[in-house]
Order: sequence, then C-alpha cells, then structure tokens
Amino acid sequence: MKLADYDPGDFYDELFAGPGQPRPGADLLVRRIDSFPPGELTRRQQAAQAALMQLGVTFNVYGDSQGAERVWPFDILPRIVTAQEWERLERGLKQRIHVLNLFLSDIYGEQKILKDGVIPREVITSAKGFLQPCVGLQPPHGIWCHITGTDLVRDRQGDWFVLEDNLRVPSGVSYVLENRRVMKSTFPQVFQMLPIQPVDDYPSHLLETLLHLVPSYLSDPTVVVLTPGVYNSAYFEHTFLAQQMGVELVEGRDLTVADGYLQMRTTRGLKRVDVIYRRLDDDFVDPLVFRPDSLLGVPGLMEVYRPGRVALANALGTGVADDKVVYAYVPRMVRYYLGEDPIIPNVPTYLCWEEQDRRYVLEHLDQLVVKAANESGGYGMLMGQTATPTERADFAQRIEANPRNYIAQPTLALSRVPTIIGEGFEGRHVDLRPYVLYGKEIYVHPGGLTRVALKKGSLVVNSSQGGGSKDTWVLTQ
Amino acid sequence: MLSRVADAIYWLNRYIERAENVARFVDVNITLTLDLPVATQAQSQGSPLVLELQWEPLVLVTGDLNLFHQRYGTATSQQVIEFLTFDRDYPNSILSCLCAARENARSIREILSTEVWQEVNSFYHLVQEAAGRPQDLDLNHFFLQVKRASHTFAGVMDATMTRGEAWHFGQMGRFLERADKTSRILDVKYFILLPSVQFVGTALDEVQWMALLKSASAYEMYRKQGGHRITPQGVAKFLVLSREFPRSIHFCLTQVEESLRRITGTPAGDWRWPVERTIGRLRSDLDYQIIDDLIQAGLHEYIDGLQRNLNAFDQEVFKTFFSLQSVA
Repeated sequence: MKLADYDPGDFYDELFAGPGQPRPGADLLVRRIDSFPPGELTRRQQAAQAALMQLGVTFNVYGDSQGAERVWPFDILPRIVTAQEWERLERGLKQRIHVLNLFLSDIYGEQKILKDGVIPREVITSAKGFLQPCVGLQPPHGIWCHITGTDLVRDRQGDWFVLEDNLRVPSGVSYVLENRRVMKSTFPQVFQMLPIQPVDDYPSHLLETLLHLVPSYLSDPTVVVLTPGVYNSAYFEHTFLAQQMGVELVEGRDLTVADGYLQMRTTRGLKRVDVIYRRLDDDFVDPLVFRPDSLLGVPGLMEVYRPGRVALANALGTGVADDKVVYAYVPRMVRYYLGEDPIIPNVPTYLCWEEQDRRYVLEHLDQLVVKAANESGGYGMLMGQTATPTERADFAQRIEANPRNYIAQPTLALSRVPTIIGEGFEGRHVDLRPYVLYGKEIYVHPGGLTRVALKKGSLVVNSSQGGGSKDTWVLTQ
Repeated sequence: MLSRVADAIYWLNRYIERAENVARFVDVNITLTLDLPVATQAQSQGSPLVLELQWEPLVLVTGDLNLFHQRYGTATSQQVIEFLTFDRDYPNSILSCLCAARENARSIREILSTEVWQEVNSFYHLVQEAAGRPQDLDLNHFFLQVKRASHTFAGVMDATMTRGEAWHFGQMGRFLERADKTSRILDVKYFILLPSVQFVGTALDEVQWMALLKSASAYEMYRKQGGHRITPQGVAKFLVLSREFPRSIHFCLTQVEESLRRITGTPAGDWRWPVERTIGRLRSDLDYQIIDDLIQAGLHEYIDGLQRNLNAFDQEVFKTFFSLQSVA
C-alpha cells in the first residue's frame, strides 16, 4: 500500500488534509516513503526498534512481575508541526507557564487570588498537592516550575487544547532525543531536505536552567539528578539526562544532611550539593516532613531547602496546580494575573463538586471522560464511551462519594497520524507533550513527545496502557 | 565520585570477568572430556566415577561445591553445565553474573560511556537469549561468544573511558576477580590431578595440564615463553609468578595495586590505608618469590592464604571507599 493512498477518515489528520492530499511539509516525506521498494519501510521500522533496544531506551512497567523493562514501541512515521502552528503554541505555552508560576508564588505567599475570590479557597486547601510546609517558601528568582511537560491535544477541527500541565516531574524528554537520533538514520535524506528544528540541545538548556538556581557567589557548584532508583519507570531517562549534562545521578541513600548543608557520600568523604533536579515526587523527598515511610528521600532535606542552602527543581509544592480541579481554573488565572485571554484554551471541564456540573456528568457518563483529580499516567480514569455499564455505575458511585476528587471532560476526537500497522498505514490518535524550561527566561523546546495510541480506536496514549511514540518535526519555515 | 557508583563499577567488572572465567573453564572441560579415552571406556561400562572426576572439580573451582550437592546431588556434565551457566538461583552462574553486571551498569549509566553500556546490554541480551533455549544451543559457540563479549567489554572500557577514579575502580575489580579465579583453577587442578598417581607422566596427564593452561587462556603463551615442556611446576610458575602474562596472579595483583594507588594518591613503597598495606604485602611477596619455595612450603597452603587475603582486601575496599557512614 502506498502512503499517498492513505485515507485520514473522519478525523483531523496531522499529515493529510484529505484522502491522497498530504499537508504542506508532509508531501516530501510521503513521496520519499512511497519510493521505497516493497519491504523497505518495514525493514527500517525494525531497524529503528532494534536501535532503541541496543541503546537500552526502555521503561519499566509497574505491577509487571518480571520487573522487565520494555522498549517503548516507536513508529517511524513522524508528526509534523508547521512553523506557524508552532509559533502560536510557543507563545501559548510561555503564557501558561508564566501564569502558573505566578499562581504558585501567590498561593504559597500572599494568596491574593483566593482573597479576591477568583478561586474558592477550599479548592486549594483540599488539593492533595497543596503542601502546607511550603507556605512562605521563596525559591530562587521566584521560579517554581523549572521543567514542565504540558500535554496538548487537537480535536476534530484541528484546534489545540491544553489537557494537563504536568508541573511535578514530567518524563519523556529522553525519548524525544533518542527517537530523533534513530530517525536521523532512518530517513537521512528527508532530514537533508526538510528544515526540521534540531532537538539535541535540550540537555544544555536544562543544565543552564539548573545552574540559574545557584547563588552567584558559588563559583564551582554541584548539580545532581536525584532518582528514586533503577526500579522507577523513568529510570532510563534519569541516567540519560545526568549523563548528557555530565552531572552525578544520585539516589536518596547517597545523600545526607550534615553541617547544615546537603551532602553526598563520595569515595573521598562528603561533598556539598547545590542544586538537585529531583525526579522524585514531593511526598517522598523528606521523610521527616512528608511521608515518613519514604526510603527514597533524604531526612532533613526540607530544613536546608527552606533557607535556600540547596535548590530544588522543580520547587516543592508545584503539584497543587496539577490537581485537575485547579487546572480548570487556569484560564481564570490567566485573566487574573495578566489580563489576557489564554492563547491555548483548556479542554472544557466539568467540576463534579459543583452541583449543576455533577448532575450533568452523571447523566452523560457515556459521553464523557472522567478523571480522578490527583492521578496521572492514565490511571484512575473512565472512558465513558467504551466503558461497560458496570464500570460506569462504579464511577458514578465514586463520584457521588467524593465529588471533589473527580472532573469530567467531553470525549475529544483526538487528531491522528498515519501509523505503520502490519503491511499498511492506519490512522492512530496522538497527543503532544512539549517541554518547557524556566530559567533566565522561558524556553520552549522545539518539538516534544508525540505519544500515539497504537490500539485501533483507542484514545489512551500512556506508555503503561499500550501507547507508543513518534518523532515530532517542528519546521522552521 | 559517589561511593555507590564506585561500588557498582567495581562489581560490574568483577561480574563480567567472573562470567568469562566460568565460560572458559566449562568450555575447556567439555573439550577435555571428549579427548579422554578413559572416560569413554568408563562411560560405556556405565561407571560414573570418571565423569565425576572430570566435572566435580569444576564446581570445586567456584568454591560452591556444597551448594551444588544440595541442589543437584552428584555431578554429571549436564548438571554442572546447567548449574554454572543458566542457573538463575546460583549467584555465580554466567546468567546471574550478567544480570548482576547489567543491574550494576544500569545504576551507573551516566558514568559509563554509551559504548560500554551498549556492550554490557548486548552481552546481557546474548546470555538471556541463550538461556531461553538451552536445548538447541551450540554450547561451544555460546562459550566462545561469552569470552568474546567479555574481551570486547574490556576493550571498549579501555578505548572509551577516561582514566579517572571510575576506570581504576573497574580495573581493581577486574584484576582482583581474575587473580582469584586463576588461583582457584590452579589450586583445584593441582591438587585434584597431582595425587592421582596412576596418571602422572602419562599422555592423559599432559592433556590435563594442557587443559589447565587452556582454562586460564594460558596455553599458547606458556608455550611461547621459551619452549618449556609442560610440567606441573612450570605451569604453577607461569600462572603464579609470570610478570608478563595478564592472567597470572602476580600480574593481576600488580594491576590491582597500581589502580589502588591511582585512587588514593599514595606513592609506591608507602601506605596510608590498611587496604594499601594488604595488597602491597601480597604483591611484594610475589616479587621475590620462586616457585620451588612455594611448592616446597605447599602450593595449596599458599593459595589458601592468598584467597583469604584477597577476601580481606575486598572487605577493606568496601570499608574504605564504599561504606561511608553518615556523620549527621
């Protein structure tokens, strides 16, 4: 089958405007692929997958008794984003990160937004991610969310929406870099002919972002990446980033608080640590302040963090804005703090704790996606359209029992990208997670992770639920 | 560098070296049994005696004979091979070594060059894949691949890693493991083979000694060092005292000490840590040793003492570098 004969069907397709009509920018790729002799594309697909295996680009699946790592399925047909589209997304993301950061400073400081009644106080106090010990905290330069991986989706019309903000410890950027490395050897000619923005400089930007947190009087600062350890699902990424930045990868047991500073245990004694890129959830960071059963963190960390003797990226407490109820208020935050309209809108969201919304949600469960306010990774979710009546009844009960913990959104007909299935091409739904760094200024990394739901018709793109990934090509013109 | 990281790279190298050694002596033994007319006869008469004679020493070399007997009973070729290559519950089988090596490598990926990581990774997949289909495996080819992968690993380390602390901890692990294995091979063969008076001086005897050299990859190099006949004494001298052969105990200990000094910065002839004293005494003793004295005093006793000292050294490395106590 020729890619040119691909039928995008009744969805917005990222590569095709209609049957046999590649979008601008995609036509070159389509022609190139259709010029391959039979079997060649399959061969390249397998070679790409083998290369990722060789590189050890794997993720761990929780609850898998084998403890096995898997290679994340990778599809070599890329998603292409035009320069104009990207320009708007970039502005939109900068606006959003700016606002979320203002919100975090406010909420752990004066709480003006609550006093002015823009967000009900109980929404914040009941949010699991709101950390009382962080009230009054003043992170360096007033920056809270240094690294963000915002999830974007498009609907049937091709309009963009923010689905989730992911302000805690977003993962996936290593796949962006490794996928690209593999793609360059998969389609070298296409890369020569298309103006695709490179992605390789992410580690340099990340390191700059982290170094920005060091007080200027420290001439030789120590930056580390803190990982929960080899059994974490994103462990590969932690090692990858530490290696690419040339900094130490540490586990909680390598660290200790001594002489009023955070120190790491080395073969030559203790060494002071100045900045931690932590890939550990807030709850686990310090067992003396948060979860006492955490073996992954460092007892006493908070005590040196608070006076600024060590900097954390992201700051503690950012999870409050990941609460899906708080998410629903982001457009109002944009208007409140900046007096602007959001450049990229939210997905319309029903708040189950509001009487009227709840009634609507319960009556339309078969059309909605229901999400727990504090879960991520595709867990704690009901896809109303495909769920069984029992599952829906179960969720209805959960909503009634704890309305604050649930939101609902219309089932979006996510955009699709042609994907190699067997010997041919079929459309599969995708989302996009661009990575945003906040150091001296806000930087949006050109591209991001395109996750694809490989199961026919599925809208769930998470790696733990049968999702795969694709390279994302952002064009410069 | 981080203590945990130093520990991991040390063990990464030890495990890879261990896997290679196991592969080498299992392989040599398989080839050897094919050459033994005695074995063939005994086998056809249904006597397990000679088979045992051939395979049990192999387990003895690992120092885990008791464990083997508990799990498998008497030693047959098939059981010994299974035990030493693919037994997941035996921590020193080739498969377990590779799992442990990779686990260590995974925990320090950011320290290793990408090439080193890839090598460990594909080595691991090679062994995993073979373990999944033991029935239709060409063992000979498999052991060859294992040896080659270990050599490639060492080569890639050599060609891509800076000679910093990480490198030296790795070297220390590799050469300590190698010294230990060479001494065990020598010990077991020497004392299993030599007392069996009926074999001494026969063609079989020579075949056995050649096998011993081969299991330390030493046969060709032994021959080349000056046309010596293969004698028990000559073999012992070569494997213990050679200053040039990279698997001899003396050579290995010299490397261990050299790397240790690079890590601590202590000049030669001096010591600051007990760990330096232990290795310095072991190595300098061999500097001035002659094989006649060693054999007269008892090679077995010497090797016994050496192994105790190597263990003590390993413990001291752990105490000195890996187990820094919190002072908070």
